[in-house]
Order: sequence, then C-alpha cells, then structure tokens
Amino acid sequence: MSVLAQIAQEGLPAADQQNIEAAGGAGMAYGLAAIGPGIGIGYLVGQAVQAMARQPESAGQVQTTMFLGIAFTEALALIGFVVFILLKFV
Amino acid sequence: MNAPANPLAMRMEGPSPAVEVAKDLARRGALIAPVAAMVGALFWGTHGAASVAYALAIVVVNFLLAAWSLGFAARISIALMAGVALFGFLIRLGLITLAVLLVRDAAWVELIPLGLTLIITHLGLLFWEMRFVSASLAFPGLKPKPGLDAAQASNSPTISDLSETKEHQ
Repeated sequence: MSVLAQIAQEGLPAADQQNIEAAGGAGMAYGLAAIGPGIGIGYLVGQAVQAMARQPESAGQVQTTMFLGIAFTEALALIGFVVFILLKFV
Repeated sequence: MNAPANPLAMRMEGPSPAVEVAKDLARRGALIAPVAAMVGALFWGTHGAASVAYALAIVVVNFLLAAWSLGFAARISIALMAGVALFGFLIRLGLITLAVLLVRDAAWVELIPLGLTLIITHLGLLFWEMRFVSASLAFPGLKPKPGLDAAQASNSPTISDLSETKEHQ
C-alpha cells in the first residue's frame, strides 16, 4: 500500500508513462477499428436474414454471399489488429 | 415479391454452402502455403517462414470456424445464425488476438511477416474465392455436381461456352 502511495506522490518515470500511453493508444485504436466491422456485419446479416425470409429458395446463395461479406468485413478488423500489434510490439 | 417468412421458424437443411466455401478457401490456402513460406524465408529467414505459416494457419482456421459456426446455427434457426455471426465475430477476433499474443515473445516469431500475412492472405484468398463464387452464381451450369466424374466434368460447359451461348441469344 505504501508503495502505491509513494508512486501516486512521485508519479511514474517518464518512460513508463510513455509506455502506458502508447499501450492505451494502441488498444483504443484496436477497439475503434472493431466497431466499424461490427456495425457492418450487423447490417449485412440483418439484410441476409431478410432476404432468406423473403426468398427461402435462394437461401443457399444468400448464405454464400453473406459468408463472403462477413469475411471481407472482418478484414477491416484484422487490419486494425495488425496495426495494433505493430504499434505496440515492434 | 414473396411475403417474408418468420426467420425464427426458418432453418436451413442439407450441407452448408458456407462450409463448402470455407473448405475451398482452406484448399487454396494449402496451395499457396509453400509459396508464402518461401517469400517469408526470403525476407526474414526461417523465422519469417514459420511466422508466415502460423499466420496462414490462423487465417484458415478462422474461415473454417466461421463457416462451421454459421452452418451449425443455420440448421437450428436463421435468427440464431444472425446472432452467431455477430458474437462469433467478436469471439474469433478475441481468439486471433490470443493466438498472436501467446506466441509474440517466442523465438521463432517475426511480428511483421505475421501481421502482413494475416491481412494479405485473408484478403487474397477471399478475392480468389470470390471469382469462382461469382462465376458459379452467374453461370449455375458451372457448379460442380456431387459424384460427377472427370469424364463427365470435361463435357460440362465452361464459362466461355456459356458466354458464347449468351452472345448468340
């Protein structure tokens, strides 16, 4: 407890502070990068379900297209993740 | 336009098309793996090749997991499939993060080729697959039929045959 109090009084060393800020920034970038694809996949799947409900005979084709759409949208999140690991660890 | 059915009551039967697409992606991934590993080895040595192979394995497993979960959920209900697609995205993103963070300090890991391979192979395999999927959607006669042998397959119409037929019409 006394160590924590001492840190709080003196503040962290500049290098540690910088590392914490970099980690926070990279983590926030990754989180933000996952929001867009999340919205995209939600919209995509909603429309696909609607299409399947309207035309059940073409459900197979719709599912194929939906799967490819999800995978393409996921690529955006993957790019965010790769930027995160490159910023954080390289 | 048909009246929409209730998605809660709808379910898909038979083999999942998403699983078929994912298996095809995995096959193509296996085809490009040696070339990708060689490119990794060329720029980053053996560690680069190992990292590229690991990233390619992550991409392929991610595709297979996504397709299997979608196919499994679609057999229960279309609405469940929608839920699985959304939460599956988060779970698989977490698994990819875990898979990379677990090995990031390993001696054989080079993060730059690993990250680049994740993006390039994911997009590359998808574009490659998309060409075939869009062709089979536009020309259903090209779709491979189950149990079709090579002799029959050679008699099947090709894209150019179908294009010519369309032009004549």
